[in-house]
Amino acid sequence: MPEILKIEDLKVHYGVINAIKGINIRVNAGEIVTLIGANGAGKSSTLNAIMNLVTSKKGKILYEGHDITKSSTADIVKSGIVLVPEGRRIFPNLTVQENLMIGSYGRNDKDGIKRDFDFVLSLFPRIKERLKQPGGTLSGGEQQMLAIGRALMGSPKILLMDEPSLGLAPLLVKMVFEVIKKIKDEGKTILLVEQNATMALANADYAYVLETGKIALEGSGKSLLAHEEVRKSYLGVK
Amino acid sequence: MDIGLNALIQNIFNSLSLGSLYALIAVGYTMVYGILRLINFAHGDIFMMGTYFAFYAITIFFLPWYLGFLVAILITGLLGFSIEKIAYRPLRNAPRISSLITAIGMSFFLESFAVVVFGGIPKSFNVYPKFFSDIILIGQSRIPLLTFITIGVTFFLFLILWWILYKTKIGLAMRAISVDIPTTSLMGANVNNVISMTFVLGSTFAAVAGILWAMKYPQVQPYMGFTPGLKAFIAAVIGGIGSIQGAIVGGFLLGFLEIMIVGFFPSLAGYRDVFAYVVLVIILMFRPTGIFKIYSEQKV
Repeated sequence: MPEILKIEDLKVHYGVINAIKGINIRVNAGEIVTLIGANGAGKSSTLNAIMNLVTSKKGKILYEGHDITKSSTADIVKSGIVLVPEGRRIFPNLTVQENLMIGSYGRNDKDGIKRDFDFVLSLFPRIKERLKQPGGTLSGGEQQMLAIGRALMGSPKILLMDEPSLGLAPLLVKMVFEVIKKIKDEGKTILLVEQNATMALANADYAYVLETGKIALEGSGKSLLAHEEVRKSYLGVK
Repeated sequence: MDIGLNALIQNIFNSLSLGSLYALIAVGYTMVYGILRLINFAHGDIFMMGTYFAFYAITIFFLPWYLGFLVAILITGLLGFSIEKIAYRPLRNAPRISSLITAIGMSFFLESFAVVVFGGIPKSFNVYPKFFSDIILIGQSRIPLLTFITIGVTFFLFLILWWILYKTKIGLAMRAISVDIPTTSLMGANVNNVISMTFVLGSTFAAVAGILWAMKYPQVQPYMGFTPGLKAFIAAVIGGIGSIQGAIVGGFLLGFLEIMIVGFFPSLAGYRDVFAYVVLVIILMFRPTGIFKIYSEQKV
């Protein structure tokens, strides 16, 4: 598989705090790649650095061979990298439909937008019933679906997801991962940041373990799932 | 008809016309605040600049009045665009107090600029066609045509504003950006463009208000933006700053109170400018967020 995204020696700091201390990550097209690790390990910072939402970073980010390290967030989104941010961050004052439509802000292909809109509604029938409601009236699980749907409206080639299962009931977590698999089946690449390491590793083609800003381990999802240290530290298995 | 009813009709129209002007200016304050949480203290001076642009477009460049007004409105939009770009954008991530002080500085700058370049002596704004002052009789009440024009133009502009906010892509982004700037940029929207558009829109509204104001009280002078600007700001706060409906309601509320209190208690006329502050204090005592509450940033 050709690699679609490559991060070389990425460093991010906030003031004097070094959040990421030089990491290398490769994401192959069509795969699910996951970053796991504890709070503060630098998972979200990695995604925000890809989107150029952090003010201070070093290193290189290559997307389809192009250097996007210094591209604007808007241009990165238009080129096909879309982030589902942590905490969903849907727009509470916009209707559900407007929340979806704003996801396609950078696009002009009306037919494609219509097609993606229909796809999102088929993926999330619950959202379809609530199109005219303000986004703020949805439940937590519905808001997560909306946030994923909104990102898909941007027609991403690679979807970055920041803790999509955070704060959701177990049944909804399962549903989120089913959705992730469906999105993969659409031919899209997924870079997933998760604290729910068991679910993330079980579904990932490849995985990285972050510890205090560095990559501690990497390997296929299955191999890390079986790795003793990972089981002890992240899966809570003795 | 008796005199009381005539006076009432007269006062209602006066209130609507003054309220329109406050609302037009207040919308500019509230849109900028809604997006940047910045009180654009220079807004009243942008209003002033708009009237000067119209004055000079007609007196120096000999444009016909309608063209002169249009050009002035567009140039004022450009002025708002430039002010954001030069003065506010570099400070967007700086502490709030820095932008606030910059806004106050910008206000002083524009006033001093007007004094130096345009001169401190008030000029008569007699550049509009005389039929604007024609009197229309409603019953026994004599209402100038300008009053109807003011109300009509304001209504039309608010209709356009509504259309932009709810029917266009940039309007969608404006509403999104008012709750969450970083997430809006994640949608592929160029946040800078959206913010620029907001300033352009607010400034053009201020220019329209300025021109209407200068025809109502027919003179222009460098400090003419201060009082209307302050009152419109109060109107925006009363309505719930950040909320566009709030600014409109607040503007009309203030217009009505000012005219009606003076209309019915002429002995209080000297306190006219105090009412706005009294209303502000009373409303903030019971509703600290103003009449309309806006969505604040989402908590995770």
